[in-house]
Amino acid sequence: MTERRDPHDQLAHVLGPSAPEVGCDACFEQLDRYVELELAGIDADASFPGLRAHFAGCPACREEHDSLLALISGDAPF
Amino acid sequence: MSTRPLPTLEGVTSPPHAGARAPATVLDPESREWLRCLRADDGDRDPCIARLHHLLLGAARFEVARRKASFAYLRGDDLDDIAQHAADDALVSVLRRLPDFRGDSRFTTWAYKFALLEASVKLRKRSWQGRELPLEPDVWSLFASDDPSLSDAAEQAELLSAVRRLIAEELTPHQRSVLIALAVNGVPIDVLAGRLNTTRGALYKTLHDARRKLRARLEQQGFSPQREDAT
Repeated sequence: MTERRDPHDQLAHVLGPSAPEVGCDACFEQLDRYVELELAGIDADASFPGLRAHFAGCPACREEHDSLLALISGDAPF
Repeated sequence: MSTRPLPTLEGVTSPPHAGARAPATVLDPESREWLRCLRADDGDRDPCIARLHHLLLGAARFEVARRKASFAYLRGDDLDDIAQHAADDALVSVLRRLPDFRGDSRFTTWAYKFALLEASVKLRKRSWQGRELPLEPDVWSLFASDDPSLSDAAEQAELLSAVRRLIAEELTPHQRSVLIALAVNGVPIDVLAGRLNTTRGALYKTLHDARRKLRARLEQQGFSPQREDAT
């Protein structure tokens, strides 16, 4: 069961980001502050190097980042 | 406000003063109030916990609503059940981790991430429930495509062949299984962690090490295949 059939896309997933990246645990620890900086228009990547690269390599953390960003940027229905 | 009973908070029901770290920054008034009422010794704490659960449930439902298109086979009741359980587990996590909150963000932003994590993990696990995980790699079908314009590109063919060979020959069996499952077959990392009885962080370390080894070997062989965006 292979979900990504584009070999170029597969290759990018297999090799992952080349930039230094944090792991999933550090990503979770820093995510709230990172997202608030993003929403404030501040360079979050300068404050938290390695997160952006991790999002490129980890779909689960990227999903959670996107959800938190959407939630606190006003899309929340509550 | 939910009518379900709140989760059992055994082990986290005492006001967590002990071990609380000093805030890194001056807290905003709302965050300060959350900390005060969650740490209160008086009757403020239970209603405060109920408000927190309501907040977390809203975040969990938000996540479920965002992802529900991918889970068309789940009924509304199933989805709300996932959100409820996510909120329960997030509440326990938030209360247990309260001493770690340093005020780097607003309290609500910090708390939301626990609800989003729990909801997304539960959705991913539900979607793979009962499915066999493709752990045995078929590296020779890797990078195969029905589109000849992709698979026959001469400049890519040698690179793809090298990657297949390196996956088969250079990675440990565990690295190979993890890489194929996560990066090729799209198995969610939480699902694989659960099946292998390990953690998400440990699995990502394995994936990272495997990727680094592949990139290094490719460079040694004169390839420069790097692309920053792996999405």
